[in-house]
Amino acid sequence: MDRKQLQYQVACMRKSLFDQGYLDEQFNQLEDLQDEANPNFVEEVVTLFYSDSARFIHNIEQAMINKPNIDYGKLDDYMHQFKGSSSSFGAKKVKKECSQFRECCSAGNIEGCIKTFRQLKLEHATLKRKLETYFQLVKQAGIAERR
Amino acid sequence: MATSNGSSTGTKITALVVDDDRVINAIHCKRLNKLGIENHVAANGKEAVDLHCSGKKFDLILMDRDMPIMNGIEATRELRAMGVRSIIVGVSTRSIKQEIQEFMDSGLDDYQEKPLTSSK
Repeated sequence: MDRKQLQYQVACMRKSLFDQGYLDEQFNQLEDLQDEANPNFVEEVVTLFYSDSARFIHNIEQAMINKPNIDYGKLDDYMHQFKGSSSSFGAKKVKKECSQFRECCSAGNIEGCIKTFRQLKLEHATLKRKLETYFQLVKQAGIAERR
Repeated sequence: MATSNGSSTGTKITALVVDDDRVINAIHCKRLNKLGIENHVAANGKEAVDLHCSGKKFDLILMDRDMPIMNGIEATRELRAMGVRSIIVGVSTRSIKQEIQEFMDSGLDDYQEKPLTSSK
């Protein structure tokens, strides 16, 4: 595939990530920070997020085990942090599920928390797959550009 | 570029990013770096206080509110009590007026809601 076709594919994929609501403006902000010194900055940030978010997910799962004595305050704190981290790189759907989860926490609704958390993990995994594909394509387009 | 009295080098603006989230630290540091600001990181309020106790000074401190060991409110109070005159900007996802005011009252110069953008 030639350079122009790859670049077109990158642009299309990027557009669809925004159009389908996976990413928001914050991702643009991050891409604007990329430069020659750090050409893969966004990918590095996303990799860091997925490395750290495994810990968040584990902590939240552990905190939800202790039925019926759920510490909703602790759950909310974990999710507050998870939300902050995911919104920092524009993970729109993940952020939305975090907000939903926190609403369930406020209401003391453990079933709602469980259901929302399931959805959150799904969105988290889906975004990871999509971004991995996107970054691979960006690299291919970058390599084609240098030839 | 003019520097404030807190500058450790006298030539370049220095900043301390205080946040327990590595993703946010990476982004804030990159943003500051692009502005030509030399930056350092502390993972919580206590680390920030300890840095100052060791003699470090910064022109600007970006202070997260919710952190383990010592949160942003406690750290800001502590730094001000130590006589630190750096510009301290609270950065948090908290949007409730009362919570923001509580943070401001600890000694902040400004408060910005996360996520930070270039315009902020």
